[in-house]
Amino acid sequence: MKASTNLIRVKPKKPFDLWDALINMLMIVTALACLLPLLHILAKSLSKDVYVLANKVMLWPMGFTFEAYGKVLGDASILRSLYVSVVVTVLFTILGMLITICAAYPLSRKQLRGRAFLSFIFLITLYFSGGIIPEYLLINSLGLLDTLWALILPQAFSAFNFLIMRSSISSSIPVSLEESARIDGAGHFRVLWSIVLPLSKPIIATLSLFYAVGRWNAYQDALFYIKQRIDLRPLQLKMYYMIVEASESFQLEATQVQLTNPDVLKAACVIFATVPIICVYPFIQKYFVNGVMLGAVKE
Amino acid sequence: MKFVSALKSKDVDGKGLWYYFKRDRDLYLLLLIPIFFVVLFKIVPMFGAVVAFKDYKIAKGFWDSDWVGFQVFLDIFAKRDFGRAVRNTVMLNTLDLLLSFTAPIVLSLLLNEIRSVRMKRINQTLLYLPHFLSWVIIGAIAYQLLGLGNGVINNLVESFGGTRIPFLQSDNHWLLSYLLIGVWQSMGWGTIIYLASISSINPELYEAAIVDGAGRLRKMWNVTLPGIRVTIVTLLIMNLGKVMGGSFERIYALANKATTEYTTTIEVLVYRWGIEAGHFSRATALGLFQAVIGLGLVLLADYIAKKLGEDGLL
Repeated sequence: MKASTNLIRVKPKKPFDLWDALINMLMIVTALACLLPLLHILAKSLSKDVYVLANKVMLWPMGFTFEAYGKVLGDASILRSLYVSVVVTVLFTILGMLITICAAYPLSRKQLRGRAFLSFIFLITLYFSGGIIPEYLLINSLGLLDTLWALILPQAFSAFNFLIMRSSISSSIPVSLEESARIDGAGHFRVLWSIVLPLSKPIIATLSLFYAVGRWNAYQDALFYIKQRIDLRPLQLKMYYMIVEASESFQLEATQVQLTNPDVLKAACVIFATVPIICVYPFIQKYFVNGVMLGAVKE
Repeated sequence: MKFVSALKSKDVDGKGLWYYFKRDRDLYLLLLIPIFFVVLFKIVPMFGAVVAFKDYKIAKGFWDSDWVGFQVFLDIFAKRDFGRAVRNTVMLNTLDLLLSFTAPIVLSLLLNEIRSVRMKRINQTLLYLPHFLSWVIIGAIAYQLLGLGNGVINNLVESFGGTRIPFLQSDNHWLLSYLLIGVWQSMGWGTIIYLASISSINPELYEAAIVDGAGRLRKMWNVTLPGIRVTIVTLLIMNLGKVMGGSFERIYALANKATTEYTTTIEVLVYRWGIEAGHFSRATALGLFQAVIGLGLVLLADYIAKKLGEDGLL
């Protein structure tokens, strides 16, 4: 993309280019379409009920107040859900990375017997699965229903992340490096710990973020597996019951939160659940972009 | 003959399997962890799908429930909801493919034309943002924005003298909203691969095009688009396999009681039949039907891709 921009500059610059103006206009509109909805919700969440009820709030809060946030932060069940989400996300990410590394490193070694067969077993999960109900029955018979482990264990192996990790290890770490270490007497564990892992830091960061954001945002498995134990609901599921399902009946979930107008509270909840992502977003963007590119690179 | 068979059992360099196992013992030890997870949580459910061929009773359990052959399948094929779910799944995903697949291509062509580096970067940052929001949050935002009585869009429409539009409350409006929200969520993210692909186009091609008197549109049409053709085709093939899939989370976050016509998809029906109503055999059969057709589509797409001279997926 850089090359083409430079080339265009070779031509003498015109004072005004209609195409440039049109494209820039179009792109500004598109970018605003991504930003304005969030700004609107933010404005609503900071406004007084009366103005929201009168449909007066657009992009700027009216009757500025933190009242709704006070209620969200004062609600023990919402904070509890946040805590559950954090615990599940951290454990899931650690376990996911452990499994990914344990699968990717051995299967990136060309000398390993049975490599093709094991890779096939792992990769078949990308294209075929038993389905929701057999998985549910399995979780049930393992006694994991209504436990946090149901949100951590089943999805911890990701064939997609395994593929990225494996191709990253086999392409970025020269075989000769490993061979010389082996000649010096290092075992496989030593090679993994002292050579492969330090050299794989960027990809480990990327995949950890894949695991973490994926876990943080998901609510499907929690909806399936967390039925009775309301105190084990992760934040997204809590939000689902509070704001999405409640949209029809305007009945809020069993919380202590009471507000004359639920819209303000819902807006505050949306912002509350989005802030963690928004906070890390600037830092993770470049990692994710790299991750997508790596995922696109085929072996 | 004896010689050949000896080679086979002991491998080419004359060492038995045991030798390799001992040599790479640590690697196999490491592999035990992922193998445990894959077998338990991925492979076992694949075999668990035989529930679709049984009359599953919780009291009798997995092993002792009676075999019924394809009876469960015949039952579900006769259900009215089944036809509707298949129709909706195929329809939603095909429309989604048409819109959500082309949007990133158009967007990357436009992004590529932006000259100011800073403007481009700000644009990209904002466009990627919706991808990081969960469907619950997007659903909540959609209701706040597009709601009938209090949505800001409808407030605007009314203040300009129009009548309020039931974006999420009538079937056809809901369908359009569903598709556009999908475009909104994924278009920016989808540009990453195309932009990378565009950046690897040989600059000399653009030079040659300029010498030949090509304007901006010509360059876009005759250089950039052919340059990313391979990427487009590969992604298209990968997405074709998803026509039977679909996101439960997206549907469920946007669905409501007023719009049941299009929101009954296969995944939603599996959830309702299986986890809500406890008809495990029926729901498993439906899930298996979906998985088999989906796998077939992936293999078909792969076959077509190879016929067309592209790299396959498998």
